[in-house]
Amino acid sequence: MADIINFTIDGKECMAEKGIFILQAAKENDIYIPSLCNYEGVKPQGSCRICSIKTNGQFVTACTTPVADGMEIENNTDEINDMRKSIIELLFVEGNHFCPACEMSGDCELQALAYRFQMMVPRFIYQFPLREIDARHPKILKDQNRCIRCKRCIRTIKDEKGRSVFAFYGRGKNIEVNVDPVLGSKLTDKLAAKAIEVCPVGSILPREKGFRTPIGQRKFDHEPIGSEYKH
Amino acid sequence: MSKPVIATATLAGCFGCHMSLLDIDEKILDLIELVEFNKSPIDDIKNFTKKCDIGLIEGGCCNSENVHVLKDFRNNCKILISFGECAIMGGLPAFRNPIPIKECLEEAYLNGPSVKGHNESGILPNDDEIPMMLDKVYPCHEIVKIDYFLPGCPPSAELIWNALTALISGKEMNLPYEVIKFD
Ligand code: SF4
Ligand code: SF4
Ligand code: FES
Repeated sequence: MADIINFTIDGKECMAEKGIFILQAAKENDIYIPSLCNYEGVKPQGSCRICSIKTNGQFVTACTTPVADGMEIENNTDEINDMRKSIIELLFVEGNHFCPACEMSGDCELQALAYRFQMMVPRFIYQFPLREIDARHPKILKDQNRCIRCKRCIRTIKDEKGRSVFAFYGRGKNIEVNVDPVLGSKLTDKLAAKAIEVCPVGSILPREKGFRTPIGQRKFDHEPIGSEYKH
Repeated sequence: MSKPVIATATLAGCFGCHMSLLDIDEKILDLIELVEFNKSPIDDIKNFTKKCDIGLIEGGCCNSENVHVLKDFRNNCKILISFGECAIMGGLPAFRNPIPIKECLEEAYLNGPSVKGHNESGILPNDDEIPMMLDKVYPCHEIVKIDYFLPGCPPSAELIWNALTALISGKEMNLPYEVIKFD
């Protein structure tokens, strides 16, 4: 039998299998920790920092830190939530997020987090960087204006030989997630649909289809992201 | 007590936010009871005739005229509100922001498909009478201090109503999940 350990989140007694990541352990105890770069079933990388929690007075990412026996975790506090909100705000000003003109509006995880944290306006100055839309691929559009470089596509979308269809190009603030021209041209319908699904924002889009779901029926129109959790 | 005074302006916007303000349906009659309107395109009062309590700004700043009006509002309104995505983050007019202004003007007046070959002397509008375009479209809070933000494209009538009634009555604002939307 697996080792079961005890820990607390915001004072609530929790139990989980030893060694699993805090994000998963919280989920099993019906507690919501917001996440963005994490994608279930794929090795976590801890890059967006939205899932940060506090334990022992330190910030750590819940998606990459294993839960330990006796751990006392702070999650839903004003300090932590404001830190998370500031990350969301940074992502909004760093790219070009014109939600009213975005096909993913209403279904986008970044926007849904902004709604959940009641972002009325980012506290940072808008950058308005020059970014391209790559429309060279037969099945998908890659809009760099909205890419948050979470690498969910890079880590998930592989061809039958295990080669990534998406890859980083460039360095630093100019880094881009690009589509491999050869693999991109051979993308199957199934894999294209999967890529659109794993992208949390409107950076990977289907061609010739847009605004498919009417306002009012989209994923986050009525309930905040994370509403499926009890706590 | 005299009624609170409201002023409104539309800068680089499409007037949609003002339409949403009118979209509060029959509550518009309640609003008229509660407040008095001063400078606003709704009543066509062109200049401030007194100090106002609340100023509602639609649209961002794309030219010198917008900046002038915005500063005038800041000077004459106790509380200034950015309402709508354009006032908050530039909105659709800010699609031009990543592109240098020179390129934008050349595309519009010299090279665009509908103008190419029709502007032989290559004139870009620069008459003193015409407001000067800014290098990019600025969110209002990057020009003057803004006190509150009502997101949406347009902000829902409910959000505008909730905000105005909360400000007038001094009560906490009712912010149900569904009224804060960016689209
Ligand atoms: S990707 Fe999300 S946050 Fe960005 S413009 Fe689209 S809906 Fe808005
Ligand atoms: S394209 Fe989408 S999934 Fe890929 S890195 Fe950018 S935001 Fe993440
Ligand atoms: S979800 Fe944990 S760092 Fe992004």
